[in-house]
Amino acid sequence: MKSELLKLLCRNARYTNEELAAMLNSTPEAVAEEIRALEKEGVICGYKAVIDWDRLDDAYVSAIVELNVVPKADLGFEEVAEKVMSFREVESVYLMSGVYDLNVVVKGPTLQDVARFVARELATIDSVTSTTTHFVMRRYKEMDTNLYDVNEDDRGQFLL
Amino acid sequence: MIDYEKVLNPTVCAIKPSGIRKFFDIAATMDDVVSLGVGEPDFQTPWQIRKAGIASLERGRTRYTSNQGLLPLREEIAAYVKRHYELNYRPDTEILLTVGGSEAIDAAIRALVSYGHADEVIIPQPSYVCYEPITELAGGVPVIIETKAENDFKLTPEQLRAAITPRTKALILPYPCNPTGAIMEKADLEAIAAVLRETNIIVISDEIYAELSFGENRHISIASLDGMQERTIVINGFSKAFSMTGWRLGYACGPAPLLKQITKIHQFAIMCAPTTSQYAAIEALRNGDDAVDSMRKEYNRRRRLIVNGFRKLGLACHEPKGAFYVFPSIQSTGMSSDVFCERLLKEARVALVPGTAFGRGGDGFVRASYCYSNEHIIEALARIQKFLNHL
Repeated sequence: MKSELLKLLCRNARYTNEELAAMLNSTPEAVAEEIRALEKEGVICGYKAVIDWDRLDDAYVSAIVELNVVPKADLGFEEVAEKVMSFREVESVYLMSGVYDLNVVVKGPTLQDVARFVARELATIDSVTSTTTHFVMRRYKEMDTNLYDVNEDDRGQFLL
Repeated sequence: MIDYEKVLNPTVCAIKPSGIRKFFDIAATMDDVVSLGVGEPDFQTPWQIRKAGIASLERGRTRYTSNQGLLPLREEIAAYVKRHYELNYRPDTEILLTVGGSEAIDAAIRALVSYGHADEVIIPQPSYVCYEPITELAGGVPVIIETKAENDFKLTPEQLRAAITPRTKALILPYPCNPTGAIMEKADLEAIAAVLRETNIIVISDEIYAELSFGENRHISIASLDGMQERTIVINGFSKAFSMTGWRLGYACGPAPLLKQITKIHQFAIMCAPTTSQYAAIEALRNGDDAVDSMRKEYNRRRRLIVNGFRKLGLACHEPKGAFYVFPSIQSTGMSSDVFCERLLKEARVALVPGTAFGRGGDGFVRASYCYSNEHIIEALARIQKFLNHL
């Protein structure tokens, strides 16, 4: 049940335990128990809404920043990753294969705020040797959710 | 001025227009209606199947195919029905590609029923709406059997035996069933077969929902039972299983002497099934099983969600084991299906289809399709709950 349950929660974390139980052919109690266990194990780390901020006046700007880093002898990339993570402007941090090391998603109220943050806070970290910043121009899909063109149901009302 | 009444075929004029049309016309003028009315998949045709259709167009495959359909496709169908339903049909003489399962049903009935002989076609209801008018258009007489909720809407051998007369030409066997979600398990089919083996009645087995069976066992075709292949025309197609409704492609499998005549009707009325669709269908049969599996799993989750939901609302709901519909009873409200659906639409903005639209035995029931997202289903159920609370 575990992986099916997680897939459903990824789709919509607000299904009730009763709804989940019906879909999984289980009981609400068993579902509640499984969710508690997954939370405790740290498999489920949180529940958040998928928001299309562009529909609001207080939209924000986000950028993907590629960092090249000189890893520390015994700490590898962990030390710099921890430093980068600690900023509230940083939404996610990934260690990457390929031509750069850390992929950092940064958000801020305006383009200038983000640019300033990268220049002042990320570029100045000791082991960071270079940064490349790509601003997001439009969000089409976020966390598996289509933000772009919510498909209208174009099915005819036939009596079939 | 032409008096059209005198020009038109009285048999056609006598056919009742679908009562549901009026109902959906009202729904169409209203805002914020949550419909569980549509009987076609919400999934797109899997991409690899669409791509095969596109590729065929790029290669310029834009002409008619043979009347029966592309031979490679008929070969794939033979392999597919063997793999899935243990059926053995010869691609050269026993398989015909049609414009949807609908055309196959029409041609099969027309091939069997002769004008002016009052040939009878037995039709279990509630069921899909086309069998009765097609029979009438062919000059036949529909003989309706009302299937019952207490029998899980299955056709029973007693009912069948009671309906058979010397004029019975054919039995429509519409399982898995739209709108009831009923299926016929092997033992049920054996009992029906036992009645038919002593007769010359041909079974038109409409198995368009075969791949959407949610019981413990796979769908079983009556043609796979001993002695039944020679008296059965199996109708299937791509619309429901592969989410290919708009491609209009179905097929009939049956004994060569029957298929020969059915093909004649098809040849003169239709020529051939759409070419692009036929190329796409080859891909569907060769490599589509995984996509169908994942859609089936999704339907099954929704099925359990919606059945649980209706039962929680206090509406009795037999377990639908096939197709993508639930058929809950609304008898506890004291309303007829038509009144219930109209009030539900106007007062709660939810569109369901009254059971009466599917013929006799449908009153007291409503059809809800689960070709909708979980969220859509949950919203509809919440509205229905509110409506029921205010009664």
